Amino acid sequence: MVEDLVGPTDPELSCDECFELLDAYVELELAGADAAAEMPLMRAHLRGCSACRDDHGSLLALLRADPQALT
Amino acid sequence: MPPPLALMGVVRLVAQSDVLSAIVPAVLALAGEPRLAGTMTTDSPGTGVAAGLAGSPDTVSQAWLARLRCPGAERDAAAAELHGVLLRAARFEIRRRQAAFPNLTGADLDDLAWQSADDALMSILRRLGDFRGNSRFTTWACKFAIVEAGAKVRRHAWRGREIPLTPAFWPVLADQAPGPHQHAEARDLLEALREEIERLTPRQRQVFAAIALNDVPIDVLADRLNTTRGALYKALYDARRNLKAALAARGLGSAGEWR
Repeated sequence: MVEDLVGPTDPELSCDECFELLDAYVELELAGADAAAEMPLMRAHLRGCSACRDDHGSLLALLRADPQALT
Repeated sequence: MPPPLALMGVVRLVAQSDVLSAIVPAVLALAGEPRLAGTMTTDSPGTGVAAGLAGSPDTVSQAWLARLRCPGAERDAAAAELHGVLLRAARFEIRRRQAAFPNLTGADLDDLAWQSADDALMSILRRLGDFRGNSRFTTWACKFAIVEAGAKVRRHAWRGREIPLTPAFWPVLADQAPGPHQHAEARDLLEALREEIERLTPRQRQVFAAIALNDVPIDVLADRLNTTRGALYKALYDARRNLKAALAARGLGSAGEWR
């Protein structure tokens, strides 16, 4: 809907900052922490940027699917 | 599957340790471009995010760093091992996005995975000093492979396609409204949005139309416009901010919704 077109209302990170924090954000999620609450600017950017949202979803899925192989 | 002969990526040369030994120091000597740009807010940039994430690497991560930094065969072996991890990550990402490649064979897709792993390894070796221990080293490394593979998938899927840069094609949003009243509200909101889009700067309008209205991947658009993903997202952010302010000024949206 229109909300998606005009993006999040909260302040958010840039794509570059999102990249820098992506690994830490995903590990927080895997540890069961409320990553979105702990990193609200990250959450806002992931809502607004589909490419970063894809990257986040893939890294999270990879680590969930193959956690031991990547240590 | 053996690596494609057509590619001349770094790690295809890993077995030839003399070649890798020549490449890795050169990569490490390169000054990496800083990736951090401005936070999209007028508030304190990154408050509560980066500042709170100053960790120290765990012992496994420290071992990775030590091996990748030491000279000679040990570094070559570590780089080859890391490439294996990156290749698994790149293949995983490409499998997830495989629907975007209806005409490509498995060999073509694996070729993309090798290219992604090669490029990711180059970036990682250049940026080892940026690893702060906020995650496991392999998690940090895999994000490079995921991002490389994702970008290559999107670029490949859009190769040869025209990039729509005008707001000519509108999503059928109004039709999704549940009832006549909501349908009218949605129509009014869309009409207001359409008018406000015309008031954006040409650059903002172009970026908003391509990314928000027509779902053009931001890295594909960055390639076509010869700019960066970060610069485009800043333009998109500014366009959205202006649109939200304009809609709020018209009294559209619930209180604070667009602010």
